[in-house]
Amino acid sequence: MEFTRKNRQLLSRIATNDRHGENSPYFDGWKAYDSNPFHPIHNPDGVIQMGLAENPLCFDLIEKWIRENPDASICTAEGLNKFKDIAIYQDYHGLREFREAVAKFMGRVGGNRVTFDPNRIVMSGGATGANETAIFCLADPGDAFLVPSPYYAGFARDLRWRTGVEIVPVHCRSSNNFRITRAALEEAYEKAQRSNINIKGIIITNPSNPLGTVLDKETLRSLVSFVTDKKIHLVSDEIYAATVFSSPRFISVAEVMQDMDCNRDLIHIVYSLSKDMGFPGFRVGIVYSFNDGVTNCARKMSSFGLVSSQTQFLLASMLSDDEFVGNFLRESSKRLAKRHHVFTKGLEEVGISTIKSNAGLFFWMDMRPLLKEQTTKAETELWRVIINKVKLNVSPGSSFNCSEPGWFRVCFANMDDKTVEVALDRIREFVLQGKEENNHEADKSQARAQPWRKQNLRLSFSSSRLYDESLMSPHMISPHSPIPHSPLVRART
Amino acid sequence: MVAISKIATGNGHGEDSPYFDGWKAYETNPFHPIDRPDGVIQMGLAENQLCFNFIKKWVMEHPEASLCSAAGVNKFKETALFQDYHGMPEFREAVAKFMGKVRGGRVKFDPDRIVMSGGATGAHEMVAFCLADPGEAFLVPTPYYPGFDRDLRWRTGVELVPVVCESSNNFKITRAALEAAYEKAKEANLRVKGLLITNPSNPLGTILDRDTLKGIVKFINEKNIHLIGDEIYAATVFMEPEFVSISEIIEEVECNRDLIHIVYSLSKDMGFPGFRVGIVYSYNDAVVSCARKMSSFGLVSSQTQHLIATMLSDDDFVDSFIVESKEQLFKRHKSFTLSLSQVGIGSLKSNAGLFIWMDLRKLLKEKTFDAEMDLWRVIINEVKLNVSPGSSFHCDEPGWFRVCFANMDDNTMEVALLRITTFMHKHNEAMVPRKLCRRASLKLSLSRRRDDFMSQNMMSPQSPIPQSPLVRART
Repeated sequence: MEFTRKNRQLLSRIATNDRHGENSPYFDGWKAYDSNPFHPIHNPDGVIQMGLAENPLCFDLIEKWIRENPDASICTAEGLNKFKDIAIYQDYHGLREFREAVAKFMGRVGGNRVTFDPNRIVMSGGATGANETAIFCLADPGDAFLVPSPYYAGFARDLRWRTGVEIVPVHCRSSNNFRITRAALEEAYEKAQRSNINIKGIIITNPSNPLGTVLDKETLRSLVSFVTDKKIHLVSDEIYAATVFSSPRFISVAEVMQDMDCNRDLIHIVYSLSKDMGFPGFRVGIVYSFNDGVTNCARKMSSFGLVSSQTQFLLASMLSDDEFVGNFLRESSKRLAKRHHVFTKGLEEVGISTIKSNAGLFFWMDMRPLLKEQTTKAETELWRVIINKVKLNVSPGSSFNCSEPGWFRVCFANMDDKTVEVALDRIREFVLQGKEENNHEADKSQARAQPWRKQNLRLSFSSSRLYDESLMSPHMISPHSPIPHSPLVRART
Repeated sequence: MVAISKIATGNGHGEDSPYFDGWKAYETNPFHPIDRPDGVIQMGLAENQLCFNFIKKWVMEHPEASLCSAAGVNKFKETALFQDYHGMPEFREAVAKFMGKVRGGRVKFDPDRIVMSGGATGAHEMVAFCLADPGEAFLVPTPYYPGFDRDLRWRTGVELVPVVCESSNNFKITRAALEAAYEKAKEANLRVKGLLITNPSNPLGTILDRDTLKGIVKFINEKNIHLIGDEIYAATVFMEPEFVSISEIIEEVECNRDLIHIVYSLSKDMGFPGFRVGIVYSYNDAVVSCARKMSSFGLVSSQTQHLIATMLSDDDFVDSFIVESKEQLFKRHKSFTLSLSQVGIGSLKSNAGLFIWMDLRKLLKEKTFDAEMDLWRVIINEVKLNVSPGSSFHCDEPGWFRVCFANMDDNTMEVALLRITTFMHKHNEAMVPRKLCRRASLKLSLSRRRDDFMSQNMMSPQSPIPQSPLVRART
C-alpha cells in the first residue's frame, strides 16, 4: 500500500493506472497453463493452450524457402556484403524493397483487386504499435473511438493507455450474428454525443477477432458512408486478411472505397505479418493511410517502433518472391480450412455450436446452454471449469467485451494435429459427462447439432470451490513476472 | 479539412528547424570518391562505421547466429513465434553482460531489469511516459541531442527545461546551473520530475567526472526527482579518463534507487542503428514493470534478439571488439583533431563519442546565432561539409559545431580534412599553425542568399529528404 502510494507520487499517472489492461481476471487461465502446460509425452494431462491466436501451420514452407534463399540473410556468405549497409540503415521511410514487397503482398491478400502504394507503407512496432500510432495521429486525449464488440482484448491498452483516448463499444448481438448495423452505429454515436463524448472515429477488425468472420460489402460500404457523413475516421485492422480460408472472400476497405463517394482522408488501414505469415516475433506492423497528413505524421512516429532493418531485408526478399507467396497463401488457406473443419465438426458431434466463420485462427464457441445463468459471473465460473477440469485454456467472451455471456474464443491453429485430437477428446468427455450427470433424455446423435436446453444442465464440480485460491491475484505482476506467457506478455494474443 | 489530432498537426516532431537546410544540400549532392568527388561530405551523422570488418568476420564464423543459415534455421519457427515482452532470456543475459563489460566489469547488470524498446528513441519516450505526466518537466543540460525535443515531449506532453552549461568551464554541469534551472521551472509553474543526463555527452564527446556525477546524484536525491542516464555512447570512450556510469556511483553514494534509470542502445557502441535495439534499465521495480508492458509498442525483432544474443555472449569477441573499437576511434579522433589544430581550429577536449565539438567562434562575423547560421551555410555550400550547428543542440553560445568523424572511411576523411585546410588557409592571414585570425579581417562571402534555401515546411509523405536527421531515428 505504501509502495503504491509512494509510486503514485513518484511516477506518472499512466504508470500507476491499470489501463494497460493486465489486471483483469483473464490471467487466471494463463497461470493454470503456465504451471501445468500440456506436452504429449512429458505432461499429457496438462492444460492445452487454446488462448493464443498464432499461425504456425506453414513453417515447413517458410523454412524451405529460407534454405533456398541464403541471400535473404545479411549473415550468410551470400548476404554478408549487405551487412553493414543494413545494420546502419535507420531511415524511417523503411527500405524501398521492403515497402514494395509489403505493398505487393497486401494487394495479393486482397485478391489483387487493389494496388497499395509503397509510399504509404509506414512501419510500426507490430500491429500493437500501429493501432497506438493511428490513435495518436487521429485523436486527442479525452476523445473516443467507437469499437464494435466483441473486440480484441488488447485494444484496451493499444488504443487507450498512453493516448488517453477512450473506447465506446458498439455492442453487436448474436441474434443477427454480431453484424455491425447502421442502427447500432448511429445509436452509439448519438449516445456519445449526448454524453459530451467526442467521437473521432471507428475502429473495425476485418476479418474479425474474435468472431473469425469477414465483413460483407454492404456493411463495409455502410461504414464508409457513416464515417463520411459524420466526418470521423475509419481505422480498419486487417491483420487477419490472409487467414480467410473459405468463401466469402476477404474485402478490404481499400477495395470498397474505389467505387464509392467518400472522403479518403478518413480511411486508414492497420496491417501486420504476425497472423498472416505467423511472424509475431518479427514485429512487423504497418500503418497505411489514405490521408497524407496522417501518413506523414505516422512516419515520423515510426521512429519509436521501426522494423529491424535485418528483418526488413529478410521480408523484402521473401515477400517479393511471387511464386513463394502464391504458394504460401494457397497452402495456408488450405491448412487453416482443414483444421477449422476438424474442430467444428468435432464440436458439432457433441452439440456445441460455433458462429459460422471462414477466417481467423480461432472460432467463437457458443457455450450459453451450459451457463447456470446468463451472467458474466456464470461465464467466469464455466471458464474456470474449462481450465481446471477440462484443462483447456480458452478465452471468455467477457474479455472481448461481449455483451452476451457464454461465448468463448478458441484458437485452433497454434497446435499440432495430435494435440487437436486430445483437445477434442477432452471436450467430448466433458460434454458427455455433463449429459450423464444430468440424467438427460437419450441423445440420438444426429447430424444436426442439438443445443442444450438450459434447464437440463447442471454442471457438477468435484471441488466445491469454484476457483482455486492458488490462482494468482490479478495484482501480482512484478518485474520478475511469474507469468512469462501471459497474453499481454505476448504483444498480442 | 479533416480533423486529426493536435499531436499530428503541431510541430512537436521537431522537423521544422532550419537544421534541415544542410541535409538538403547533402541529399542533392552527396559526396562519392569516384562519381561525385565534389559532393557534400556527410559529417552530421553520428554513426560508428569503423569496426564492421571485425563484426562481419565474426558473423561469417558463427552461422548459428542467423535464423537463415543451415546452422540456425532449426530455430526459425520458435523465434518467429516468440513475442514475449520479457524478451529472450539469452538476449537479456547477453546485453546485461555486455553492459557490464563496457563498464570495465566494475558493475553487474541484472538481466531481469533489461527491458526492450524501439531503439534509444523509444527508450526515452517510454521513460518519459513512466515518470511524468503531461505538463510536467525534465531538466536537461545543454547542449543536448536535438532528438530529445521529440522523444521526450512530442507524444508525452512532457516539457524540457534546459540546464545551461557554458564553455567558460568546459560545459561542466554545475550545482549552480542545476539549481538555477530547477528554480526557473518552478517560476514557470512546471513540476520537475527528473533530470536527464547524456554520459558520455552528445554533442560534447566528454564524460562526466566522478565528482560531478556524485553531485548530480545528491541533487536529485535532495529534490526527490528522477535521474535518467543516457549511456548509449558508453563503449565509445577511447582514452582516459575512464568512463564512470551512474550504476557505479549509486554503489558509492547514498541514494534512493527508485529514482535511478539508465537508457542504453546498441546503435552507437556497436554501430547497429538499423537493428533498433533500445534498452531501459531501471532500479525501480514499478518502472521496470510498467516499461516492460509498454515495450509491446517497440519490441526488438526476435530475429535480431537471436543474432545479438549469440554475438554478445561470445566473451572473446566482445572483449576484443571493445578494444578494437576504442583503438579505431582513438586513431580517427587523433588524426582529425591534430589536423584541425594545425590550421588553427580547436575543439573541446574530448575522449568519447563519434564526433568533436568544434570551436569556430572566432570565425563568426558577430557573436550571434544568425552569424552561426551564416557560417554554417558557408561550410555546407563552399567547404561542402554537412556539420551540425550548435544552436540545434540548444547551445547557449554561438559558434560551436558538432562534427562527426566515425561515419566514413579514411580516404573520405582525408578529403574532408583537405577541404577544411584549404578553407582555413584562404581565410587565415598567415600560414603559421595555431595563429588565430582576427575577427575583423574575416568577411565571409556568401554565395547564396537565405531565401534560396528550401522552405522549412516541405515535409511531404513522399519526403524528398529521405536522409534528413530526424528521418534517421537518431542522429
